[in-house]
Amino acid sequence: MSALIEAVALEKRYPGGLGREGTLALAGLSLAIDADRPQIIAVVGESGSGKTTLARLLLGLAEPSSGEVLYRGVDLRRLGRGERLAFRRDVQAVFQDPYGVYNPFYRVDHVLWTPIRRFRLARSRAAARELIDAALRAVGLRPEEILGRFPHQLSGGQRQRVMVARALLLRPKLIVADEPVSMVDASLRATILGSLRQLRDEHGISVLYITHDLATAYQVSDAILVLYRAHVVEAGAIEPVVSAPQHPYTQLLISAIPRAEAARSWLADEEETRRPQHAPDGAGCCFAERCKLAMPACLAAPPGLYRTEPGRVVACVQYRDRPTLPAGALGETLSLEFDGGTAARAAVQGE
Amino acid sequence: MTAPVLEVSGLRVAFAHPRGLVRAVDDVSFTLAPGERFGLAGESGSGKSTLALSILRMIKPPGRIEGGEVRFLGKPVAALDEEGIRQLRLAGIALVPQGSMNSLNPVLRIGAQIADAFADHGLRLGRREADERITALLAEVGLPTSVARMYPHELSGGMKQRACIAIAICLRPKVIIADEPTSALDVVVQRQVMATLARVQQDLGAAVILVGHDIGLMAQFVDRLGVMYAGRLVEVAPIGDIIARPRHPYTRALIAALPSLERRGALTGIPGLAPSLLDLPEGCAFHPRCALATARCRGERPAVRQIGGAAVACHLA
Repeated sequence: MSALIEAVALEKRYPGGLGREGTLALAGLSLAIDADRPQIIAVVGESGSGKTTLARLLLGLAEPSSGEVLYRGVDLRRLGRGERLAFRRDVQAVFQDPYGVYNPFYRVDHVLWTPIRRFRLARSRAAARELIDAALRAVGLRPEEILGRFPHQLSGGQRQRVMVARALLLRPKLIVADEPVSMVDASLRATILGSLRQLRDEHGISVLYITHDLATAYQVSDAILVLYRAHVVEAGAIEPVVSAPQHPYTQLLISAIPRAEAARSWLADEEETRRPQHAPDGAGCCFAERCKLAMPACLAAPPGLYRTEPGRVVACVQYRDRPTLPAGALGETLSLEFDGGTAARAAVQGE
Repeated sequence: MTAPVLEVSGLRVAFAHPRGLVRAVDDVSFTLAPGERFGLAGESGSGKSTLALSILRMIKPPGRIEGGEVRFLGKPVAALDEEGIRQLRLAGIALVPQGSMNSLNPVLRIGAQIADAFADHGLRLGRREADERITALLAEVGLPTSVARMYPHELSGGMKQRACIAIAICLRPKVIIADEPTSALDVVVQRQVMATLARVQQDLGAAVILVGHDIGLMAQFVDRLGVMYAGRLVEVAPIGDIIARPRHPYTRALIAALPSLERRGALTGIPGLAPSLLDLPEGCAFHPRCALATARCRGERPAVRQIGGAAVACHLA
């Protein structure tokens, strides 16, 4: 049994220019997404954490500096013609920026008709139009208000929903959704995220939900990967990670979410998180400079990925007495496996 | 009671559209006390950004302010001439527009952009004095002096947004209107920027109008919240009351649409779609999406009523 998509010790380094040091965007991340067990995996982190790099690598839009991405066991860089077409249909993308994806000279209909023609999804124009209408309605749009218009005539939220509709048209196995709702209202966010869940439950589509919004990730996801500056700092089943975060960065992320409650401690709690407490030198833990709990050991060497409980790994020295995920040749290997979509169990894959 | 710094009464803004008149802001009234933090919440298209712009008379054709009045420190804004309104902007009421961090001039250093604001408002400052004020402003928003010599691309999103706040407060305005100032930022940076805004506002004694759709952010930041739907204010109340006891069904739906961190699967959207402003439903504009709607809601538009400390436009409240 091979996974639909598998990342093996994936690393991406962007070269620096003019004598400047390069940037490590992703450090040895491994992950398998199974076609048979649809799941929603959230990838959460701040801007610059490597979330979008991960998406681009999994989609074959960027080449890893080391490690590989496998589609049904074959390296993306070695896919044959037919395999590549199948990959392009099976794995769909919804990007962060709903402005850049449109050609301003074409009506928005163009992005919906193109996949229908390219993948021969409909036998007639009428059937195609029906598919388009259904997809638009599924994301909360009125086809008559969208079709025939130019991208600049739609709001950012509408444009983004058209992109989700476009991905739906192809009935893919996996949707890589990079911040799909960050430009959409809270009320519609629920609708779109609800339809992601519907995709998983009714159509067996897995979703890699890349976001900086931990609250929505909690609502829809089965598993979560928390990234900080190119590193996985915590990963596991969603419920334990969010209700009892173990990594100081995950704890910070959760405490920074403004809650709709009468108690107003949000702004007051901000004070202590503002200033870096330790100079970054790149040698130790990626989070040490902002960590309240940082100790000398944190600055000396990067922590391993420790298995704190079944289905949970944390990269923090607090847990160094727990079993360490054996590092592969190029970094840690982590695979999330799921039983029935809810109970999670992290299995170690030796390299 | 102190005199309000800003009074908006019966404000109406409409946009001419080939298929008719779009009433983006319809009969909106509220007041802002000095130093108060007022929130304007609603879905996109509810008119909250248009309302913010119309306070500064920044509506461009085909949009038009059709009626109503905005008073700043008791004086009607409509009576100001072009020069007067230009002085009001930034010096009296500063706007941090939506996506403002992307509107910084990419080829001008941050310091020069702040100096521009001084020069544009007739402040003749010597180089030393300008530098000193720029340094003080940057310190006020928690940015190091070195930022003055940097270009926007050298700054992170949070730093850019703080630079925008620095520009907004450079003439010590009485009102700061911030339109979704943190919508593009992650939560940790969002909290830093909002804390900066809160601190700056307190130092200045300025009032803030925060426009946004995140009720969680509103709950933690504003004193009073106005909820907009289809161009109208449907509920205005102190934030604690709104969170504890939202009276308008739409307010309840907005709060319920917020993803909870306590209960999974509790994510509920608001059923249906926001109405097209070209074709508003009869009666209460929210009735097609409201589970409680009665025949009266379908036929008669609810007027704003005072109930306790709240102003609510709902027959059932």
